[in-house]
Amino acid sequence: MTAVTTSSGDLQSVPALLARNVAKYGDKPAYREKEFGIWQSWTWAESAEEIRAIALGFLVLGLERGDHVAIIGRNRPAHYWSMVAAQMCGAVPVPLYQDAVAEEMAYVLEHCGARFVVCGDQEQVDKVIDVQETVSGIEHVIYNDKRGLRKYDHSHLNWLKDVEAEGRAAEVRLGEELDARIAELNYDSTCVMLYTSGTTGKPKGVVMSNRNIIETSKNSSEFDGLRQSDDVLAYLPMAWVGDYIFSIGQAYWCGFCVNCPESANTMMTDLREIGPSYFFAPPRVFEGQLTNVMIRMEDAGKFKKKLFDKYMAHAKKVGPAILDGKPVSGADKFKYWLGNLFVFGPLKNTLGFSNVRVGYTAGEAIGPEIFDFYRSLGINLKQLYGQTEASVFITQQKDDEVDPNTVGTPTPGVELRIDEDTREVFYRSPGVFVEYFKNADSTASTKDAEGWVATGDAGFIETNGQLRIIDRAKDVGNMANGDMFAPKFVENKLKFFPDILETVVFGNGKEMCTAFINIDLTAVGNWAERNNIAYASYQELAGHPQVLDTIQAHVEEVNRSVAEDSMLSGCQIHRFLVLHKELDADDGELTRTRKVRRGIIEEKYHDLVTALYDGSTKVSTETEVTYEDGRKGSIKATLELRDAAVVPVASNKVAAE
Amino acid sequence: MSVEQMTTTGVPAEPYVTADGRQIGNVLMEMKNITLRFGGVVAISDISFDIREGEIRAIIGPNGAGKSSMLNVISGFYVPTEGEVWFRGSKRPQMKPYQVAQQGLARTFQNIALFKGMSTLDNIMTGRMTRMKTNMLQQAMWWGKAQKEEGEHREAVEKIIDFLEIQAIRKTPVGRLPYGLQKRVELGRALAAEPDILLLDEPMAGMNVEEKEDMSRFILDVNDEFGTTIALIEHDMGVVMDLSDRVVVMDYGRKIGDGTPDEVRNNQEVIDAYLGVEHD
Repeated sequence: MTAVTTSSGDLQSVPALLARNVAKYGDKPAYREKEFGIWQSWTWAESAEEIRAIALGFLVLGLERGDHVAIIGRNRPAHYWSMVAAQMCGAVPVPLYQDAVAEEMAYVLEHCGARFVVCGDQEQVDKVIDVQETVSGIEHVIYNDKRGLRKYDHSHLNWLKDVEAEGRAAEVRLGEELDARIAELNYDSTCVMLYTSGTTGKPKGVVMSNRNIIETSKNSSEFDGLRQSDDVLAYLPMAWVGDYIFSIGQAYWCGFCVNCPESANTMMTDLREIGPSYFFAPPRVFEGQLTNVMIRMEDAGKFKKKLFDKYMAHAKKVGPAILDGKPVSGADKFKYWLGNLFVFGPLKNTLGFSNVRVGYTAGEAIGPEIFDFYRSLGINLKQLYGQTEASVFITQQKDDEVDPNTVGTPTPGVELRIDEDTREVFYRSPGVFVEYFKNADSTASTKDAEGWVATGDAGFIETNGQLRIIDRAKDVGNMANGDMFAPKFVENKLKFFPDILETVVFGNGKEMCTAFINIDLTAVGNWAERNNIAYASYQELAGHPQVLDTIQAHVEEVNRSVAEDSMLSGCQIHRFLVLHKELDADDGELTRTRKVRRGIIEEKYHDLVTALYDGSTKVSTETEVTYEDGRKGSIKATLELRDAAVVPVASNKVAAE
Repeated sequence: MSVEQMTTTGVPAEPYVTADGRQIGNVLMEMKNITLRFGGVVAISDISFDIREGEIRAIIGPNGAGKSSMLNVISGFYVPTEGEVWFRGSKRPQMKPYQVAQQGLARTFQNIALFKGMSTLDNIMTGRMTRMKTNMLQQAMWWGKAQKEEGEHREAVEKIIDFLEIQAIRKTPVGRLPYGLQKRVELGRALAAEPDILLLDEPMAGMNVEEKEDMSRFILDVNDEFGTTIALIEHDMGVVMDLSDRVVVMDYGRKIGDGTPDEVRNNQEVIDAYLGVEHD
């Protein structure tokens, strides 16, 4: 089949790709899921049969062309099948974040006007039933896991297996209708609608066509040489564009296998068992794993610790060069080989990275040490830059051009432009979304007539042609003395310390920069245990004087490094405090993808921000918290505010002013 | 036997369906005038009540009221000094623990009684003991029937692991688990015996709010999914009132109340026992 290598030819929809995969890779695994402790697998042929049965079942229930089908649940084969089945019927699948509370869900379900909702389990069904009190359009709720649902009113509630069974029975009656609907799909028909996480304001429904998804999948798969024999672990939220691209777009384009973990808690074990060859994780996963490794090495015996230190030092020296295929002396190669035998190999195996050929991280900046750690082990970890509106890929790093500070060169098919005044990054590509659903104004303000899309990020192209992102364009501001203010730049430097989980830097229009800091309970808790420091709660540990001392040292180290940056030396942190609670998406402080919502935090903790600027050394506060079940409570705390040493630098006003 | 002590008002005497759609059947187990003495100490004095098929029946009371003794009588561990225990319409003779288990009773303990060095999986597997048909020799050889049987039991155990959402700790030695999870594993082991009546001795003791909510959910789900009758002892009034269909209240070894949570809540004697009364 020449179609595969050169152009997408007749393969103009996901169902068409599915048919191709059945013909070409029919007996190869397409999906695996661990259930009852055993990995179950489905070949492409079996999956296609399931998907067709679900699609026919949807038709039996009366799914029409253009209807929206919401899918809420964790990564499970049946949920992916439902998405493809919906497309087969000419409907639009809309995956939702499963950890969203009912009100958040209500907005999205109302906005897309979903008639069908596919729920993972009872928890999701309960939320949808709550939502139905205010949202009227939902006609059928279908659930996958029947536990606890037996006694519910089933007049508009169906078990997915029953829907499938009815679909199979209706093959003769509705098979032709389904085939006709599949045949209608082309490059311009809607493939999926994904809601943005809503860093600012209400979530927006991003409409993606088959062209967007398939062209992007094709280009990016070819860029990295992805192939049928690859394996991915599907563990990121299904509502996120990345999961759609990796687990459906690229998986269907290449025909590789999507593996679903047993539950969210077993992800690490499942990762180890599967050993994916293509892996994506946000920086916090890599950070978390590195923190774990380091903590466990601290606890290891002397001999093991020594062996680890010795070979890791060597790996730092030559590992990245070996990975990039640069010349390395024979002796170094041999020593690295020994290290691989004793340390790196077993370590990679424990982490589940033995087979990783292509690994990506994105979403947030990743600390250079973390990046180097994985690369020196021989794991091909790279960065990419993307967003929902681009079907993920805008830039990505080539195998031998990896730099922790940049995000790579444009993905094939993507054009890049940087606005000279605002430094905002614009792009144009076949992956650029069709429109924001029922929101022509936003569409027009994001995408211009020529197809250029504003990313909202400020950045510049380095001399080696790679893109470097500084911050959100709207967050980049000026301080009272005219110095440039880029909070993300400083926050990232702080977050590279394992003790610091999250931080928010203030200072736009102010005399000086200040910061809120969240400690990482795993790292700081382990340190406390090691040093015999007793604590009863997160709050107590966060307020411990020795913890504050450690954090102060980190802040001062960051200040020294910030002072060296010619453009951003004004962003040194003069005062900081350690927050008494973890910033949480349930409280609206982070987005579901764990990005800081600056405005909301500044408003909610305005008393703390004021205290940072009025010179007080102590502040008492009361904060509202939301529990997992949606109930509210509050916690009181008295926080200590500290001054940090700063490196004196001459004010350097932004040249443009 | 006083008649008014036997009847519970507020629920129909015939099998009925609860507001949340659960089926409550006939009397499954009956305590008739139970008295239990240890030497001169009267732990339980003349208590009668029944447990009906499919219901969640709670026994509550202040410290030292005799709740655990009562549970031990139900489980057959203590033989009542006076009175009779009727099970499935016939008087229950004195039995050995394994005979009780074979009758379809399983329990958890107030102080967790798991095998600390064994994994979650193995601990739950021990709950299958009474259901295993092959003998020790066959199992040691792991041949023929034993091999097939182990597969079947493992499947049953895996279903319980899935049900209780403890996949992540399947292979973890239980001694290393936090308290709340150990309680859950113990519930899993009791479930593995596929009991008709499940006795829970303070299932929420020492748990935080979130763990209590989880445990309540599981208790309701067990009752709902498997139709298991549940008798539980609990300290936390809030939990008991939300969970159970009927409540027996004990104080100083006597029964001072019996009825639906609402009835019990408004019973003056119960209020006095819990809040204390002024002495003049």
